[in-house]
Amino acid sequence: MSLLEVQGLKVHFKLRRGWFRSASILKAVDDVSFQIDPGETLGIVGESGCGKTTLARAIVRLLTPTAGRILFEGTDLAILKGAALRLRRRKLQMVFQDPYGSLNPRMTIRQIINEPLGIHRVGKNAKTRSTRYSELLTAVGLDAGAADRYPHEFSGGQRQRIGIARALALEPRVVVCDEPVSALDVSVQAQVVNLLRDLQETLGMALVFIAHDLAVVRHISHRIMVMYLGKAVETGPARTVIDHPSHPYTKSLVAAVPAIRRGESVPRIVLPGEMPSPINPPPGCPFHPRCPVAQDLCRVEPPLLREIQPGHWASCHFATV
Amino acid sequence: MDIPLLEVRDLVLEMGQGSENVRLLNGVSFTLRKGETLGLVGESGSGKSLTASSLARLTPSPPSRYRGQILVNGHDVFGMTSRELRRLRGGVISYVFQEPASVLNPVLRVGTQILESLRLHHPEAARPAEVHRWLKRVGIPSPEKRARQYPHELSGGMQQRAVIAMALASQPDLLIADEPTTALDVTIQAQILDLLRDLQQQFGMGILLITHNLGIISEMAGRVLVMYAGQIVESGAVGDVLGNPQHPYTRALLASVPSLQGNRDRLLTIPGQVPSPREFPSGCRFHPRCVQARPDCSERMPILEELSGSRLVRCPYHGVPA
Repeated sequence: MSLLEVQGLKVHFKLRRGWFRSASILKAVDDVSFQIDPGETLGIVGESGCGKTTLARAIVRLLTPTAGRILFEGTDLAILKGAALRLRRRKLQMVFQDPYGSLNPRMTIRQIINEPLGIHRVGKNAKTRSTRYSELLTAVGLDAGAADRYPHEFSGGQRQRIGIARALALEPRVVVCDEPVSALDVSVQAQVVNLLRDLQETLGMALVFIAHDLAVVRHISHRIMVMYLGKAVETGPARTVIDHPSHPYTKSLVAAVPAIRRGESVPRIVLPGEMPSPINPPPGCPFHPRCPVAQDLCRVEPPLLREIQPGHWASCHFATV
Repeated sequence: MDIPLLEVRDLVLEMGQGSENVRLLNGVSFTLRKGETLGLVGESGSGKSLTASSLARLTPSPPSRYRGQILVNGHDVFGMTSRELRRLRGGVISYVFQEPASVLNPVLRVGTQILESLRLHHPEAARPAEVHRWLKRVGIPSPEKRARQYPHELSGGMQQRAVIAMALASQPDLLIADEPTTALDVTIQAQILDLLRDLQQQFGMGILLITHNLGIISEMAGRVLVMYAGQIVESGAVGDVLGNPQHPYTRALLASVPSLQGNRDRLLTIPGQVPSPREFPSGCRFHPRCVQARPDCSERMPILEELSGSRLVRCPYHGVPA
């Protein structure tokens, strides 16, 4: 059994525009399934608005899913509420994108990292908590002198380390990282990526790593899921998905990444247009209006996610290995 | 020899009084020719955006104090009257910044804002039809409709196109693009970069492209400047600098970028972070983070040494470590 298994997850939002108009439905996440094992990293990529952040928030139950199951160690988190949910959710933590917005500016680093310990009454007394606290700071590479300082005294990379320490405080089994390095400089980004991998190796937690930078995701992930308009369009081993993408959307995403050329140049496919609004998705395959190889079939018949080779899935009528 | 479009000679920028005095830019020199794309890379805090905003004297002086020379088409920017500066800003030099939403006025229609740019710099062409032409040129579909919309009705990619239309409507000689695609998705980024290249071919403007993304530099620029702590540490043709980096900082920067081809092993990191201008180290400013630092690196500030042709490196121990 997997550590975390998400089955047919849907997160729909009802949008009301005026009193007399019928509500329209925004399908932010539409029928997404995946599983993840301890010590594994699942990378999730896609353009803004594809639903990756909504998915992340639904997994840790910051949002209530419309349908589907989130099986964590055998319990369905999707239907849990109140105290039962809080108890389970301890083991799923989140690291947020914005290292400036996600730390309370009025709390010291000690208070920020101790807060989850206090809420869940971990550690018998202040003394055990403070031991745990210095362990956490050391684990993320900050020195203990940071304890009584405030977030504004730290750089972006250091704040992201604080955010990671807070997420690790309750010894989670799954850590969901939503664009954890996007706001950082490349050199600092490399430090944080290495830190996450080291922590994963020592603590054995599973990572869900959401980012729009394909190179970073390929670097850190074991498997990758590509999302488009709320749906998973391709999943598979990280190398396979990026090096030999099967879905035309993944192909164009990979081709759009500007590469540092040290010699030969690669022709770039520039994908026309933008992702359509998820309120009114196109019929058939949601990608067909931008797809370079779309046929008549794609305009009417939505493709199913099918296994094109063991462990590698794609939802395209014409997907091949 | 013809006059380069832009020539910066030994630019120094200081702020603060007495003991508070900090030197933010230190001896920055470079040239940019018509039709050329010059890349400027470095981490946050390296001084790349300050260099860019100095070119049209966008950082007010005082409090900032400049030394050195900035020549635009041979005219000294520091000698300009405020009237001449107004013509320079937006007319000869246009800027495109990272966040299109912060450039566009949220309460004015997109078309009105582009019309304003035309009215200031080309009053004879300040007509709605001309606005629509520009919107079309930057690849905005149904320009008549878009011109009537407000910025919030456009997506990030469309907003950035509108900003580019506004910047180019004055037909500048120099476009300064400061992280123009950092806020955008890769697919939209590819569209915007293609657009900039096309427009450059059409209008022949010089582009100073500032980004921390070395891939973008590799695809777009002919020459590149690498900045660290307010100084240029390496410059040269893009292929040479990225293919055969000489300064340890450039090498470290390249090694910390995960590539789409690499193996899943550790990324190399640069220990520590860019120092703030108040605490620039003595000697070589990179030495506390440099893996190749030698004892004398903390004593003398290395000079920007010419290796060959247009290749400059600020490290006496440049080259691949033994």
